[in-house]
Amino acid sequence: MSRKGLHLKLEELKTELAQVKGLEIAIGRIIEEEWAEPVGPTPFPTLASLREWDLKLLKKYRPMYLPYCDVCCLCTMGKCDLSKGKLGACGLDISKQQSRVVLLACCIGAATHTGHARHLVEHLIEKYGPDYPIDVGRSVGVEVEAPVTRLVCGVRPKTLGDLEEILDYLETQIVHLLSSTHTGQEGDELDFESKVFHAGMIDQVGMEIADIAQISTFNLPRADPNAPLADIGLGTVDTSKPVILVIGHNVPPSVEIIDYLERNGLHDKVEVTGICCTAHDITRYEPRAKIIGPISWQLRYVRSGVPDVIVVDEQCIRADILVEAQKIRAPVIASSEKNCLGLADRTEDPVEEIVSDLAGGKSPGALILNPEKVGEVAVKTAFQVYPVRGKFKVIPEINELIGEARRCTRCNECRRACPNNLPIPEAVGEAATGNLTGLANLYDLCIGCGRCESACPNHIRVHSLIVKGSERKIREEKYKVRVGRGPIQDVEIRNVGAPIVLGEIPGVVALVGCANYPEGGIEVAEIAEEFLKRRYIVVASGCSAMSIAAYKNEEGKTLYEAYPGTFEAGGLVNVGSCVSNSHIAGAAIKIANIFAKRNLRANYEEIADYIHNRVGAVGLAWGAITQKAASIASGFWRLGVPVVVGPHGSKYRRMLLGRRDHEEDWYVYDARTGNRVYAGPAPEHLFYAAETKEEAMVMMAKLCLRPNDTSKGRMIKLANYIDMHRKFYGVMPDDIPQYVRRESEIPVTMKDEIVKILKESGWQEKPTPDPTLLPRLVGVKR
Amino acid sequence: MMRSEPWQTAEIPGPVRALTILKPEVAVSAINRSKHPIIVVGHEAVETELEDAKPIDYAIRIADSTEAQVVATAHIIGEFISRGFKRACWMSILDIANRLKDPGWGGLDGKGQYDLALFMGIPYYMEWVTLSSLKHYAPHLKTISIDRFHQPHATWSFPNITLKDWQKQLEAIATQLERK
Repeated sequence: MSRKGLHLKLEELKTELAQVKGLEIAIGRIIEEEWAEPVGPTPFPTLASLREWDLKLLKKYRPMYLPYCDVCCLCTMGKCDLSKGKLGACGLDISKQQSRVVLLACCIGAATHTGHARHLVEHLIEKYGPDYPIDVGRSVGVEVEAPVTRLVCGVRPKTLGDLEEILDYLETQIVHLLSSTHTGQEGDELDFESKVFHAGMIDQVGMEIADIAQISTFNLPRADPNAPLADIGLGTVDTSKPVILVIGHNVPPSVEIIDYLERNGLHDKVEVTGICCTAHDITRYEPRAKIIGPISWQLRYVRSGVPDVIVVDEQCIRADILVEAQKIRAPVIASSEKNCLGLADRTEDPVEEIVSDLAGGKSPGALILNPEKVGEVAVKTAFQVYPVRGKFKVIPEINELIGEARRCTRCNECRRACPNNLPIPEAVGEAATGNLTGLANLYDLCIGCGRCESACPNHIRVHSLIVKGSERKIREEKYKVRVGRGPIQDVEIRNVGAPIVLGEIPGVVALVGCANYPEGGIEVAEIAEEFLKRRYIVVASGCSAMSIAAYKNEEGKTLYEAYPGTFEAGGLVNVGSCVSNSHIAGAAIKIANIFAKRNLRANYEEIADYIHNRVGAVGLAWGAITQKAASIASGFWRLGVPVVVGPHGSKYRRMLLGRRDHEEDWYVYDARTGNRVYAGPAPEHLFYAAETKEEAMVMMAKLCLRPNDTSKGRMIKLANYIDMHRKFYGVMPDDIPQYVRRESEIPVTMKDEIVKILKESGWQEKPTPDPTLLPRLVGVKR
Repeated sequence: MMRSEPWQTAEIPGPVRALTILKPEVAVSAINRSKHPIIVVGHEAVETELEDAKPIDYAIRIADSTEAQVVATAHIIGEFISRGFKRACWMSILDIANRLKDPGWGGLDGKGQYDLALFMGIPYYMEWVTLSSLKHYAPHLKTISIDRFHQPHATWSFPNITLKDWQKQLEAIATQLERK
């Protein structure tokens, strides 16, 4: 690789002052000259490089703002009342303010993944050296090993050192994006939205960097459809051993725990358990580790008293984790500068001294910014703490529970604080009489936030009561999850590229994101099963991948046991943790590149246009919570891939909705003729919050429709959409005439009914274009 | 007219807040004044049990007596049909709200934009942001939440009331409209 920007190469230079031979100076960005593929139009795009593409999408999918409140409170001229068309003191109106907040959220998300990648890469370079090769599946033919980076930056990273340069670019972009949200900067909501897309694209590169670095160095599964199965669930933990809990996303400290155990022959003597994405990644590293569950399992697991030591790294860790850990007398080791928890920095202290302080209760925790030392301290502390703690828990005994429940005055403050408005007062009221059924019923629906407790004026430990009432359920939480396999193989893309693009595989649905579920995690599993049975390709990551595991079919098998892990029709593909989401985008990009032979290198607009018009993919973040979830979604929006969120996702303040009744919005260019052709509202929306899982499923099936579908493909997709509509809504959809382009697309089993509908609507045949939104692609031979 | 607290305690709306419906006559009067009303009904209208009825049954009675257009959101369109009410259309809560804020929309019946929208059965927080959107972007539209929890972004909303009182209010509104 060499660099772009300033690249000076002198074979020989003679001046009056000196003679120089073989001088090469390079300042700027890395551009590989050996790569035969020409550099596309947008290498290392800046904030406005892809603005025109963004505005094309935003014309079809206009922002619908859902203001969370009427005011802006971001500067000292405020608060400003933005209601009824009023402007703030800086001139911003309510729309601009909403889009600005969305951008802020996406900047936070992109910064978090990129910061994660930066810390990870720095650590790995220190450990393995900058020349350590990137390999995410060369032995299984993964040639296009960093598709997102190739697409966005126009470079092929080959070593860990190459990744640093890409991170420099990402960090610069995030700084510029964040600065756009300052008072007196961007003043147009669509330009804010374009920057939101940019943040999402940057985020995808950051995620990819993080995951390919850790796959390469830690030997995580490399595009392996047969990645092993790991245990998941509270009931899987052997409590007769010292237990270490790791929480977060950045896995090196957890890797060092495993390595220390291995080096010292202690592996079978300690349970290593994890929550959130560190749990995913630690099982990718060592499948004997155990996943407890998603982000929302923190309170219930900690309070159960099972963990003896808690190691936190970064992201999605409860801010009160130290307080909760102290309640169960478990020391906390913080291992990231981003989350110091107010603890003393013990990085340079001797291991035995730290262990002694933690085990003896002298310190509630320690900040240790050296992963290797974390590994040793965590294990040694666990051994010392384990016999002393005796699995001390703060879940009340039954008589205590009843006593606490009797303090309830039914004031409803808990319910008013509960994100899901759960009937807590009624359940606590029943518990006061010794009936724990109501509490147990809440367990599956509870997202584990603990707001009920904070709100209770009588200091009832509501969440602990719920956990106590659910002891049997907790014991039975024993499931299997296929550990994150990483990228999709090139050969898998070759096998499914045609059927996806032609529509014969009805779609790729990606179930991603966090665990703020409206009706419990079971819904994610039910959604997955519905699409698996219909032979969609189901991809999963993060907390959703865990929730999918927490369900067994009629045969007593989890979906990971019942379905193959291959990227194929009817496959259930767990790519891994949050940063593995990049492989989902990567798969779509690779379809355009490997199957359709579109140039990838710095060719973002064309590849996004291809994906948007031809690849029937849709994301679902049913329990999206965080700013990272927002930035992950926005990365997919820029690629033209629609994303559905659960009802709580409406709090993201902005949807991107198409109007199927606006015919003029749905024209594309026919790349063969240059004619503008009506292609129908496909996909209808780019960002959409569904009220119920049934609505989500029907919408997801519909959002897999693409203008490029062949007649056979459109028929298969419509058959699924219409069938699901009838199944879940009890009626036929009212938009069938907009999606049937010719009679051969009518699903055979519903022919009579649909022909009648078409006749009554005055339906006429419509052309099937070779669709593009980019006039420059008209007439380009492929 | 008094103002009420939001049901979810942290949901503070801002300076413009709903007027509280203390008497059913307030809602009845607003509905009667409307030239082109619409009722938007979410899935909780079939999940909540009242005495001998569900909230959806009141939505149907109100729609029958006013000839208001009904939109069933989520997956409950079939519930209307199974109750013999054929005039309901399906649309998601976001899609209908997106159209309600568009002054140029022709309406589901082709008679133009609506001037009053009643909401029932949408998850509290989702209805909250939807009503906020309409408050800001649909100045031509009045909104009434006929749910049992106070929605401060509506034009009018009940205060936070018990199931029993809610049913009484719904019964009174439906009965008064039927007497018209």
